[in-house]
Amino acid sequence: MKDIVLIVTAVILSLAAAGAIYRIAVGPSLLDRVLASDVLLAILGAALAIDMAVNRHLNNLVLLVALTLIGFIGSVTVARFVADRRGQVNDS
Amino acid sequence: MTPNATGADAVIDAVTAVLLIVGALMSLGAAIGLLRFPDLMSRMHAATKPQVLGLFLVLAAMGLQMREWWVWPVLAVAWIFQLLTVPVSAHMVGRAGYRTKHLHPELLSTDELEAVVLRAAGQRAAEKAQEAGSAMPHAGNARNGGSEDPNGVNGGPSA
Repeated sequence: MKDIVLIVTAVILSLAAAGAIYRIAVGPSLLDRVLASDVLLAILGAALAIDMAVNRHLNNLVLLVALTLIGFIGSVTVARFVADRRGQVNDS
Repeated sequence: MTPNATGADAVIDAVTAVLLIVGALMSLGAAIGLLRFPDLMSRMHAATKPQVLGLFLVLAAMGLQMREWWVWPVLAVAWIFQLLTVPVSAHMVGRAGYRTKHLHPELLSTDELEAVVLRAAGQRAAEKAQEAGSAMPHAGNARNGGSEDPNGVNGGPSA
């Protein structure tokens, strides 16, 4: 039972993380990448919680609470300073 | 999870397994939505599934497995913080996405922000015209003794 749950959730989360990383890599805009990195963070939190639930330990509980507390700061910061660069000369 | 569980333990383990797998499927659904949806707004819709419902299911499974009462308030705190912070980032990302025009207007059924943005743009244009016009009337003001307000004619943007 324990092994089955671990394997199934590991496969599902790996596929999900692969999809999120693909969107981070190709995402047409910066905001798509930010959104995909948020999803990747949620997948990481789910993996931590699944590990704690299946193996019955609480080692990562503080990390999980901290993630839910401050995980939004990155995307807020990026979204605050994003600007429309289309139609301008690409000077980078 | 308990190996070779019987009775209530088996039931709790089965419920935990279902919760964990459904919670993981939320992440998979978010990833599929990220890959297949056409623009930023619809991808944001898919991205909230693991952040709210997926986290809830997985935390509920944790609480079921721990069999200690003090764990539940901590898990509730984690979920409530997630509920409080996810809308903030979603609001900022959506606002930036609207302003930088990362959306397909033909896919929107209603665009309630468009009227507000148009009105704000009109106000800004009026203020700019007023600033450009206020340089010359000041010179005329000094010549006429400053008896009448030249800006009173065009009225300025009200509210």
